[in-house]
Amino acid sequence: MYAVKLNNLTKVYGKDKTVAVDNVSLTVEKGELFGLIGPDGAGKTSIFRMLTTLLLPDGGSATVDGYDIVKDYPYIRSTVGYMPGKFSLYPDLTVEENLSFFATVFGTTIEENYHLIKDIYIQIEKFKHRRAGKLSGGMKQKLALCCALIHKPTVLFLDEPTTGVDPVSRKEFWEMLKRLKEQGITIMVSTPYMDEATLCDRIALIDQGKILSIETPENIIDSYPDKLYAVKAENMYALLKTISSYDRAADSYAFGEYAHVSFREAINEDVVKSYLQEKGLTGIELKPIHATIEDCFINLLRK
Amino acid sequence: MKCFTNSPGALNAEISMKQFITFVRKEFAHVLRDRKTLLILFGMPVMQILIFGFALTNEVKNSAIVVVDYAQDEASQKLISRIEASRYFEVSKSAADHNQIEESFKEGKVKLALIFPQNFYSDLMHQNKAQIQIITDATDPNTANTLANYVTAIIQDYQADLNQNASLPYRIIPETKMLYNPQLKSVHGFVPGVMALVLMLVCVMMTAVSIVREKEMGTMEILLVSPFKPLLVILSKAVPYLILSLINVASILCLSVFVLDLPVNGSLLLLFAESTLFIITCLTIGIFISVRTASQQVAMLISLMGMMLPTILFSGFMFPIENMPKVLQVITNIVPAKWYYIIVKSIMIKGLGFSAIWKETLILAGMTLFLLIVSLKNFKIRLA
Repeated sequence: MYAVKLNNLTKVYGKDKTVAVDNVSLTVEKGELFGLIGPDGAGKTSIFRMLTTLLLPDGGSATVDGYDIVKDYPYIRSTVGYMPGKFSLYPDLTVEENLSFFATVFGTTIEENYHLIKDIYIQIEKFKHRRAGKLSGGMKQKLALCCALIHKPTVLFLDEPTTGVDPVSRKEFWEMLKRLKEQGITIMVSTPYMDEATLCDRIALIDQGKILSIETPENIIDSYPDKLYAVKAENMYALLKTISSYDRAADSYAFGEYAHVSFREAINEDVVKSYLQEKGLTGIELKPIHATIEDCFINLLRK
Repeated sequence: MKCFTNSPGALNAEISMKQFITFVRKEFAHVLRDRKTLLILFGMPVMQILIFGFALTNEVKNSAIVVVDYAQDEASQKLISRIEASRYFEVSKSAADHNQIEESFKEGKVKLALIFPQNFYSDLMHQNKAQIQIITDATDPNTANTLANYVTAIIQDYQADLNQNASLPYRIIPETKMLYNPQLKSVHGFVPGVMALVLMLVCVMMTAVSIVREKEMGTMEILLVSPFKPLLVILSKAVPYLILSLINVASILCLSVFVLDLPVNGSLLLLFAESTLFIITCLTIGIFISVRTASQQVAMLISLMGMMLPTILFSGFMFPIENMPKVLQVITNIVPAKWYYIIVKSIMIKGLGFSAIWKETLILAGMTLFLLIVSLKNFKIRLA
């Protein structure tokens, strides 16, 4: 039995029938750390809300822990953990009060499941008498995670938990997720950050409500079809313009301080360099690179 | 909602109770930690009682009155000098006619006019009775009534003195005319009115806003994805405001008894029981608003516009319902505050018992039940 199973799940909004989630099918194994990767508006939150029984699907079906998300919603509600994208704790209650409130709401106590949250809670424990609204972004996320974990959920749904959190806290957060996974909790997490995708067991790339690919991050990277190069020149704008009209290059886009350029076939680096020089570009740098998840995502999008 | 009762790990009653108490404590924390809420909750009733109270209990010392003496005889002179001697009045004599009296009333210079007809003394002596006219400016009914009573008392005093050595009693018949507000709507009506207004505001607005806030903050999402019963969310929101509102009722009553000298003539217990019923009515309205709105601003606006205005306009507290057009009179029937206002007035001022107000109580209870069913039917166990 899968921890989460989606079968052609569809969600349509409003009178103009905007399709937010379009026939999405996927499965998440027990104990897996599954990532839903996609830009804002891809439909990640809608999927999470349907799985946590907050929204009714307009088509298809899904189960969580074997329970149907429509019919068996009370069962799902008492077993899963959910952390919505927006900070959703009580800002006027203290850290400790928030935690003990959610523990009680879920019919448990902090003491009973302290072992689950210990690693995380220990980092914010010294602020336990501070009001939650006065915490920093990273600490708020940690507290929210504690609150979502306190009842020992079988499946944990985290909707963009690291959005708006600094890089160091983000890294810490993912380390915590790994430790939770080791305790056997199935985790389904969504993020718009491509670099976080490699930290998942498997990921689904999603855009405009459609799944582009479901694979392990390694397989997604390995299946990148083209040869990828990072190119740099003094005039980046001219470089991008030149390359986009270069018929050998399959695709090109700005990527940090470099431009990523993909080629269908193996190329001779010198040929490309001299072509660019001919076009009047100077300070050219060209090096083969491994595709990142983001490159794969862009590649899938362009198809 | 049936399936909640047999959900897995079936939460027994003890856990439910513990959850409920924790939730109620959380609600109290929200209220007590927010100074603005506290101010609205407890400052507003006190302010309203004091403002209304002192606006309506003007000092009646040294009120300007005008005397029109068409008689100019022994009796009228004696009466006028008695009135002049009293510390309540500042008499300005005027030989003028009625029209001028009307003018000075409109300018607000005088509060009361006393008119002696011609042949006042001879009527009194020969027919044993004479008339005297008292005209007051009843835009402020409290003052008008008090002044008229003072004048009447002085006249009766004089009459009693006359009668000491008379074989046949002399009677001076004061004919009192309350200008602008002939019905003299109950002067103490404002305390029941303020009670209705305050409870309406506190219960409806606070409950609506506090539920909608959970939606807005996203905490409702977490609460929904929990074994906590949605019904309990609503109940735990209502209980703190019920308690706080009862405290408000008590403080309003204390103020009116000790500061405004307006005693509770009827049963205090009955008054509290009826107030509890009205509070529950208001809470269900608040819950209903919260179920239908998504932002705190909208909830607050609806509570204010949709509840406070009708309460002020149609409860009969500010404007007499009898004077309204028929259509509006019918509309007042759906305003819960109207019934509560009648109930409180009956208990507090008239000192009546339950038998006098069972009909109003029944109407209020019916409204509550209806609103409760409608809002529970509308309560969403999911988002959107």
